[in-house]
Amino acid sequence: MLVEYATVLVFIVLGAVTVALMLGLQRWFAPSAPSAVKLSTYECGEVPYGSSWVQFNIRFYVVALIFIIFDVEVALLYPWAVVFQRLGFLAFIEAFIFIVILLAGLAYLWKEGDLEWVRTLQDTPAKKGAK
Amino acid sequence: MEALAISLVNAVPLLAGVPLWTVTLLLMVAVAAVILVFALTFEGVGSLVLRKVAGDIQARIGPNRVGPNGMLQFLADGVKLVLKEDIIPANADRLLFKLAPYFVFVGSFAAFVVVPFGVGLIAADLNIGIYYVMAVTSLVVIGVLLAGWASNNKWALLGGMRAAAQIVSYEIPVGMALIPAVLIAGSLSLQDIVRSQGGLLGIFGWNLFHNPFTFFSFFLYFTAAQAETNQTPFDLPEAESELVSGYNVEYSGIRFGLFFLAEFGDMFIVAALATACFLGGWNVPFFHVGTLPWIWGNLLSLGVFLTKAFAMVLIMMWVRWTLPRLRVDQLMRMSWKYLVPLTFVNLLGVSLWLLVFRGKGIPGMIASLFG
Repeated sequence: MLVEYATVLVFIVLGAVTVALMLGLQRWFAPSAPSAVKLSTYECGEVPYGSSWVQFNIRFYVVALIFIIFDVEVALLYPWAVVFQRLGFLAFIEAFIFIVILLAGLAYLWKEGDLEWVRTLQDTPAKKGAK
Repeated sequence: MEALAISLVNAVPLLAGVPLWTVTLLLMVAVAAVILVFALTFEGVGSLVLRKVAGDIQARIGPNRVGPNGMLQFLADGVKLVLKEDIIPANADRLLFKLAPYFVFVGSFAAFVVVPFGVGLIAADLNIGIYYVMAVTSLVVIGVLLAGWASNNKWALLGGMRAAAQIVSYEIPVGMALIPAVLIAGSLSLQDIVRSQGGLLGIFGWNLFHNPFTFFSFFLYFTAAQAETNQTPFDLPEAESELVSGYNVEYSGIRFGLFFLAEFGDMFIVAALATACFLGGWNVPFFHVGTLPWIWGNLLSLGVFLTKAFAMVLIMMWVRWTLPRLRVDQLMRMSWKYLVPLTFVNLLGVSLWLLVFRGKGIPGMIASLFG
């Protein structure tokens, strides 16, 4: 069985070696004439303004959080799917309860507006309560 | 692979003194090299076909200068990319900048391990097949995030963040939409899933026609997978008109090319998964491939599999050049408010169907009706 996974390792190593080979070819054949302007960051022809490592929208963080919850659940449902036909009705009921709980969570997120990408201050629950 | 190595050692007297693990390892490297050549060829030819299809759909010619009818354009592109200067911005995080293409390319290539090309043509029939594909293709997200962050470019950062948010959002519908195939086969191995769609029902043995819910889940999978590979209705990470090119703005030469190779590799993986899980994989209709001599059975099943997978790739390109791009908020709404609840309800539907009808599909029931 472990021999099968050795194949995976061979694939990963071969893939990395291919990338290294291609980069080596480029280093061998391509010209290299760096200059200060060429090495500056592209910003539509303007001189770059400040660093780009800036604060970005908090929405990305919320999406990542929601993703982790649901991804763990998908990971849990795969083993369930393998044995489903052998376990029958009991497995169905358990998965049903599990999925309903998660859908309730999704409904809660939906109601709180966390699934909206564009939000204004008026949309946040705190402001709604204040009105 | 080990069994093959043992039979090879027994067949060839020259190998008698060589340790078994060396033969096995050499075999693995050979298989990996063959698949690598296939993947690179597909990625090259795919980039040409993509532009030809785009040309046809937009009523223009597409590439037509290099070779007959532009057929060698992809070779010229490859040579050009290797000969271009490799520019790493002075402000960039050099280590992460160099690391990103490795993640993206290796993530897409490693998924080829479990692609069931034919009856016996699979690099390693892992018993966690689908799971494994989902896991290694997730490496692409890390590469894209690294590329976006390390470039120290505002467009790249925004593109990388968007790409990550989009890929993770659509990973959930993709994972959920594939579960029906696992439910029916009772195994995660892609070979088992393909075998479960065999039999003498012909194309009606496919999971696609098993019951109404699996029919629906194929389309859910296809939509979500289109988004996972950043194809056009969902190509916000690269939106040329607003983000110039997204996470790979600062990349040049072959480093840039590697991102594109990986994108085409992902396209093939998606098409191969759709073929294996819903379209019957390498099964030849009305015919047991296993009854043929080894070589003919494998060649026939390989042909059937590749025909189906390439047809899926063509449909993906067709969709790509037909639909306009969504907005970011529409994209997120599509995933979380439509696809995620639908795939969940669909999964319950499939499992209820299997429970009520004891694992039989509609074609199977009709067939048993007529004896």
